[in-house]
Amino acid sequence: MPPLTEHIVLRDLDIPNIRDFDVYLQHGGYEAFRSAVTEKTPAEIIGMVKDAGLRGRGGAGFPTGVKWGFLPKDVFPRYLLCNCDESEPGTFNNHQIIDRNPHQLIEGIALSAYAVECHTAYIYIRGEFAAAARTLDAAIQNAYAKGFLGKNILGTGYDLDVFVHRGAGAYICGEETALMESLEGKIGQPRLKPPFPAVAGLYAKPTIINNVETLANVPMIIGKGVQWYRQFGTEKSPGTKAFSLSGHVNNPGNYELPFGLPLRELIYAPEYGGGMRGDRPVKIVIPGGASAPWLTADKLDITLDYEGVAAAGSMLGSGAVIVLDETVSAVELAYKMDEFFKHESCGKCTPCREGTWYLTKVLHRVSTGHGHANDIPLLHDVYNQMAGNCFCLLGESAVSPIRSALKLFPEEFEAAIRNGTPRQAPRLAIPLVAVAAD
Amino acid sequence: MALRDIHGAEIDTLLARYAQRRSAVLPLLYIAQDTYGHLTDDAVREVAEIIGMPATDVFEVVGFYSLYYTKPMGKWVLQVCDDVPCCFCGAEELITALEQALGLRAHGETTRDGMFTLERVKCVAACNKAPVLQANLDYIYNLTADKADELLNELRRRADSGEQLSVSGRAATV
Repeated sequence: MPPLTEHIVLRDLDIPNIRDFDVYLQHGGYEAFRSAVTEKTPAEIIGMVKDAGLRGRGGAGFPTGVKWGFLPKDVFPRYLLCNCDESEPGTFNNHQIIDRNPHQLIEGIALSAYAVECHTAYIYIRGEFAAAARTLDAAIQNAYAKGFLGKNILGTGYDLDVFVHRGAGAYICGEETALMESLEGKIGQPRLKPPFPAVAGLYAKPTIINNVETLANVPMIIGKGVQWYRQFGTEKSPGTKAFSLSGHVNNPGNYELPFGLPLRELIYAPEYGGGMRGDRPVKIVIPGGASAPWLTADKLDITLDYEGVAAAGSMLGSGAVIVLDETVSAVELAYKMDEFFKHESCGKCTPCREGTWYLTKVLHRVSTGHGHANDIPLLHDVYNQMAGNCFCLLGESAVSPIRSALKLFPEEFEAAIRNGTPRQAPRLAIPLVAVAAD
Repeated sequence: MALRDIHGAEIDTLLARYAQRRSAVLPLLYIAQDTYGHLTDDAVREVAEIIGMPATDVFEVVGFYSLYYTKPMGKWVLQVCDDVPCCFCGAEELITALEQALGLRAHGETTRDGMFTLERVKCVAACNKAPVLQANLDYIYNLTADKADELLNELRRRADSGEQLSVSGRAATV
């Protein structure tokens, strides 16, 4: 498959300085929005997004137009939320979109807000993206100044306010109901569903919540048309995906590809990953973020679309592809991944709060050479008690790394427990100079 | 000086953004944190007072989110990502180098001169530029262990030159 001649989302790669408002306008910026509010009805916009087959890029892959259609009729006010609480390990495309192409996101939010007939939109951005939040603030001010946001937009009578809301360090706030709790000034613990956000979301009002990459697609669909958009990708997964490639490849980065490219090409093609660091063989690929089951080197010929990755027993998820070589121990990788979930568990439900704690504790002792003889059955036991019993997907996701590791590399666990030798040299002693009293 | 006296206009702008005032608690806590250096009990109560929400709820929020600090921090808060894939791309070596240079452990300890606090954090969404750390939430990319000393000197110089620093990232730049 040839490289894209034109990007849909990572247009900063085609147009230098598209992050500047003037450059964005010179390249047709806000024309899609202008044509929408002056010539099209909200229902027509929803129809186009449905016909384009746009699927949510945040991980679930749910059709965006269908989601918008869930809003109850004639219940107002409604809210649009942009989920920018990236990330879990390996995910970093929202970061690039906001840093280098922020106006396209704002235009996508404006278009989507018009489509779902809401007048207030919030961008929930993770607290660590402090600089990106300022970039977005500035981009929003530009849009207000030109009359694309605010009261009576372009003389049409449509009003829309967009605000940036910075989180404060909690991965769980990427879960849509936890995000709304956080936006309501509470701790970010997920809510029971139903009711779904489209019915009762922010302040118990109908709410649509979409990922950054999803919303950034919308101006291109409305501006260039459904036909143009569907020329990319596959029948079931139209368009492109900004894959975040990281780990032991020569050229880690975001690569926007039509759905359907073979995984091998993403890793080895010179225009993408450029092969493995030091030409070492691939040992483990995590194809869709931390919660995706791992793949081994014999699965490199799968295609990168929702169906292709699912057929190999994993998931495309957020499109975060982490590639690791043989220097990585499966035990240690499982430990680090579950340490992440333990750290980010919100504490609401017991299987997740206690399960991630147990997994991490046992994995740590196995990976440092202090494993107990019955630790392998113990690990199986713990994740089986978690699977299907957690309140939200965070806990369910924590099952995936340990289950993959035990399934694909049981011999590494056995060896780590039997040999009992620490894999890494002991840490160097820390010189005691200038430590403040706690 | 109370928060209202110094940041009154900004606080009112924030409160006006939401249908419910308590939605402004996260941004207001950032303002309080920068004003007082860290979130003292009094600062938390003051934020509760401004919003009109129970102080207990604000304390709960402070405890839940990782970017609120309830003890004095260094002028620079260094947060090194030790997550996958950073940890397999040199982050552990970087943490060791920083610990050696600063003479402390990366468990949120602060140097005696009050210049640096060093922490391990989870993924900060810059995996393509591993290893990575955030200094007051400004990204420092591809920071291999050999560049640690140079970075510390640079940050020290910036602090000594009187640059306005914000541990809440309110001064972060691209």
